[in-house]
Amino acid sequence: MSGDLLVQLLLSGIGMGFIFALIAIGLTLIYGVMNVVNFAHGEFLMLSMYASYLAFATWGADPIVTLPFVAALMFVFGLLVYYLLVRRVMQGSMNSQIFATFGLMVFLQAAAQFIMGADYFAVRGGLLSGVLEVGSLILPAPQLAAVVGASTATGVLYWLVFRTATGRSLRAASQDRQAASTLGINVDRMYALAWGIGAACVGIAGSLLSNFYPVFPRVGAIFVLIAYVAVALGGFGSIHGALVAGVIIGLLQVLAGFFISSQLKFVPVYLLYLIVVLVRPRGLFGRL
Amino acid sequence: MAALLGILLVLPMALSDRPFELRMMVVIFLYAMLGHGWNILGGYAGQISVGHGLFFGLGAYTSTMLSLKLGLNPWFGMAAGGAAAAAAGVLVGIPCFRLKGHYFVIATLVVAESAFQLFAAWDWVGGAMGLQLPVQEQGLLNLQFHRNKVPYYYIALGMLAAVTALVWWLERSRFGYILRALRDDEEAARSLGFSPALYKLLAMALSAGIVGVGGVFFAQYVLFIDPFSVLALSFSVVIALIPILGGAGTVAGPMLGAIVLVPISEYSRVLFSGTGRNVDLLIYGFLIMLISVYRPDGLAGLFRARRERRAYVSG
Repeated sequence: MSGDLLVQLLLSGIGMGFIFALIAIGLTLIYGVMNVVNFAHGEFLMLSMYASYLAFATWGADPIVTLPFVAALMFVFGLLVYYLLVRRVMQGSMNSQIFATFGLMVFLQAAAQFIMGADYFAVRGGLLSGVLEVGSLILPAPQLAAVVGASTATGVLYWLVFRTATGRSLRAASQDRQAASTLGINVDRMYALAWGIGAACVGIAGSLLSNFYPVFPRVGAIFVLIAYVAVALGGFGSIHGALVAGVIIGLLQVLAGFFISSQLKFVPVYLLYLIVVLVRPRGLFGRL
Repeated sequence: MAALLGILLVLPMALSDRPFELRMMVVIFLYAMLGHGWNILGGYAGQISVGHGLFFGLGAYTSTMLSLKLGLNPWFGMAAGGAAAAAAGVLVGIPCFRLKGHYFVIATLVVAESAFQLFAAWDWVGGAMGLQLPVQEQGLLNLQFHRNKVPYYYIALGMLAAVTALVWWLERSRFGYILRALRDDEEAARSLGFSPALYKLLAMALSAGIVGVGGVFFAQYVLFIDPFSVLALSFSVVIALIPILGGAGTVAGPMLGAIVLVPISEYSRVLFSGTGRNVDLLIYGFLIMLISVYRPDGLAGLFRARRERRAYVSG
């Protein structure tokens, strides 16, 4: 195979990988801070994709233009989910925590199908449709934007979590809830912040994804499954882990899709998950 | 109890010209049975699975493929389907039981969803188009009834009664106590010499086997299966929701849950007919959130709380 083709495959793999990573980072951030898995995470992605699509279909606003608004909207949505639902089950058993977000998942998916129907909607002819030709390389613009956008978002998140006072409080709350509150950190607000940021991450992912992937009620289930694998591979609660694992999975599924079959491109990803569970349940960087 | 069983035995006479209600009763029996199956693992052993649709689908696919490719009798298919599901349960359990809590839930989700995607892409088992069971001469031998559906009612009722008796016995058996001990304190159970891995795998095999047999019955009842109707995540959710709503870890739970949930989905399907809008799942999702916030121990807990309060007042 030619070198150009390989470069294109790798680029498209990294593009998808960064999207997976952004979704997984949102998931792992919420988990890392408060030990709760957001089972509705895929549906957060779906909501942000519908938001991008609807803005495009109604006002002709391009997904890349509405991206900050979608991210902000999802931030607020994340806060709402925390305050209205998750906070109420934090004192309860682990089962009620699991089922709270699980119920939200079922509800949001059914609500999307109820309102929008089961049809596929795609953003067509947006600013990012088409390709960039660099020499003999043909690079699809949406994937390039995904790489740029997702890596920027990840960078901002790193800065926020590891370089700011708020980020330090967030990490303190995740390490020791009691100690953090003695030091005057409002743990409840940190939890809410984790939900907000986690949802905003997935909102950005959904915005970028809507440039080249159709939206339908079950779309979240497909991507969140990959995000679970990424989080398990990277290690629960680890942001670095989610990033590295997301890119590994992105590359793996593109190569499997090319060399095996595009229908079965996720099979190696699931096998990878089983291997991780069997061989190293805490993942690459986890602290299980 | 006996009176209830008596009513259920003569009920088909009143329902013989009411196919909608008859169907609803069959589905209630089937779902209560699936709920029992889930309950053994999720309620008694405390291992929450949201992937039990996998075992239902495996049962349905096993008997259907055996009938289509080898012409085997559905009763044999039922034994094979249950066995295949139980074996799959053990296979899934070996890696997944290394995980606890949230991690285990995610693992069951990933395994079941990947099975769904595999079956939807696998042409040999019909892919996304599904499989049609050949219409055979009706009768108990072929487990197909075309004009009069009442026999399905009795078969489903019989299966539910058998499984209920099994769970009732299980709850009082040594095995049942060990499972609950595992759920409440795994380390303590281990220190008493009970291998958590072994007992979890046994519970999983039994649980998956029951759900698999339910899948075979479903395939024979509907005579058509596809990944969406037997393997979808939403179906796994329903299987778990039934005992959780009714009360996980109780004998009555799955039956209470099925009595409440099945009419919701059947009537919402009638009210919003043909739109494919999934109103039942909309209600289910909302119910799950409500239960987890307000009544984590389900409807059976409601009864229990009242009984305990009464005991407290009179005592």
